[in-house]
Amino acid sequence: MLLDLSIVQLSEGLKAKKFSSEDIVKECYKNIERFNPTVNAFITLLDKEDVLRIARERDKNRENNNSILYGLPYVIKDSYNTKGIKTTAASNVLGNYIPPYSATVYQRLVDAGAILIGKTNMDAWGHGASSENTDFGPVKNPWDQSRVAGGSSGGNAAAITARMAVFGIGEDTGGSIRNPSGWCNITGLKVTYGRVSRYGCIAYVSSFDTMGPMAKTVEDCSHILRVIAGHDPHDATSSPKEVPDYSKDLKKQLDGLVLGMPKECYGEGVDPQIINLIKNAAKEYEKFGIKIKEISMPMLSYGVPVYYLIGTSETSTNLARYDGVRFGQGREKFTKETMRRIMLGTYALSAGYYDAYYKKAQQGRTLFIKEYQKALSECDLILMPVEPMAATKIGELINNPIQNMLADIFTCQTPVGVPSLAVPCGFTKENLPIGMQIIGKMFAEPLLLQLGYAYQQVTNWHKKRPKLAE
Amino acid sequence: MGKTKTILSLEEVKHVAKLAKLGLSADDINNFQKQLTAIVELVSKLKEVDTKDIEPTSQVTGLENVFRQDTIKPSLSQKEVLANAPRIHKGYFVVDAIFE
Repeated sequence: MLLDLSIVQLSEGLKAKKFSSEDIVKECYKNIERFNPTVNAFITLLDKEDVLRIARERDKNRENNNSILYGLPYVIKDSYNTKGIKTTAASNVLGNYIPPYSATVYQRLVDAGAILIGKTNMDAWGHGASSENTDFGPVKNPWDQSRVAGGSSGGNAAAITARMAVFGIGEDTGGSIRNPSGWCNITGLKVTYGRVSRYGCIAYVSSFDTMGPMAKTVEDCSHILRVIAGHDPHDATSSPKEVPDYSKDLKKQLDGLVLGMPKECYGEGVDPQIINLIKNAAKEYEKFGIKIKEISMPMLSYGVPVYYLIGTSETSTNLARYDGVRFGQGREKFTKETMRRIMLGTYALSAGYYDAYYKKAQQGRTLFIKEYQKALSECDLILMPVEPMAATKIGELINNPIQNMLADIFTCQTPVGVPSLAVPCGFTKENLPIGMQIIGKMFAEPLLLQLGYAYQQVTNWHKKRPKLAE
Repeated sequence: MGKTKTILSLEEVKHVAKLAKLGLSADDINNFQKQLTAIVELVSKLKEVDTKDIEPTSQVTGLENVFRQDTIKPSLSQKEVLANAPRIHKGYFVVDAIFE
């Protein structure tokens, strides 16, 4: 099917008139009609006839447009403001909200001529690792519908693995791109904080939130990132650093690089099958002349407390604006999970507890940053699992707040700001996909993408689709 | 800091709910007391870490004092701004009375 092709293949095929945007969009809707009733990846699916009309316009105007994403259908997490299109952040609080403006990332995709198909399901406000904390029903994992797709950008991951769109735009605050990417067998990039504008994406933790691509391959992610990255006058935290041509250097030689494996990530509490799969991936890297080095990161076990204390504090202030006066509905419509996070954050910031919790966590954040700086001085990149276990059963995480927190154990380095690429690296014996993540220094996206790309040239894990989509 | 377990009292949970403007039922308050106590216990692991003389970090961009020209640009129209409001009156948002 066309949706198995890469962005480059699709773009070239469109230019050579081998097929049209209309053909690709039709295939998306065919798969959506077949699989979405089971998977529940969407909160808002755009009207098929409207989208087909846009596709035909793109087909007509192709010659005047050069973006590689021109005429390609995609999905976006429902946390992005999309002018004139309902935006809920998966919460009934915003159940009737029609944004009067657009997020910068979405606007850049509009300008590039990409075609939006729909807004995807997620954990409300980004609060979760399973896409169960949603007022629109949980997202089911296309690889096993009794399991979750991961979260919070679960709808994107499910839609891409089930071939309902060419690519997706997610958002990662504590693993929200990488976790569902790993559990659904797709590729997802958590960018360096500030690399991509946050403007218009509904905030979870303002000092951690990052906007990034989710797709079938590393190469696809490199092309999407080039379009969405860069400074934005609307986001003062966006970086003025130049945006490299990420796809140009994908084939660079990797020999001589040192890949660190923190011993804390390969022991107790991690599924042995996952440890084996990642060790196999490390062997593939050795064939490229990369040196594998065991490192130690003892601060990792304090990651969840640092992430969670600062995260809930910031989310309690960010969500304070939802008063149902100017837009949206009342605060009684928050889910229990969201209320719990608001409560913890309010507690950590309140008089008498501020120093013991919030300030302590900010100091912990400093130490956490130092821990990563030290590790990344001993090696060029760090390799670790995305998750300590394969996708959980529906109900498992949402009914256990502590387990839900601990699911972020390897993805909660977001207080550090460093980028991380999640890549499929195999399957458990139950045929559940597993992801590994490659972490680098600030703005090391080119290197992460090179490593991910090299791995996908010698492995086929990322090409596998779920039986449901066969 | 001591190793005594922090237990949130029902009064504290009610106080925090009030600060966060969340109207909670008696059941909610009971559940949150137990769950928040367990969560606070978990995050209190951070107390093991020596943070004496460590500067707190609030952002990681390395950017400071980001300025721009204060130029006037078109903004949303009044109609657009009010379009999502549940209650409006003569071009204003309607809010609940705060003072008696």
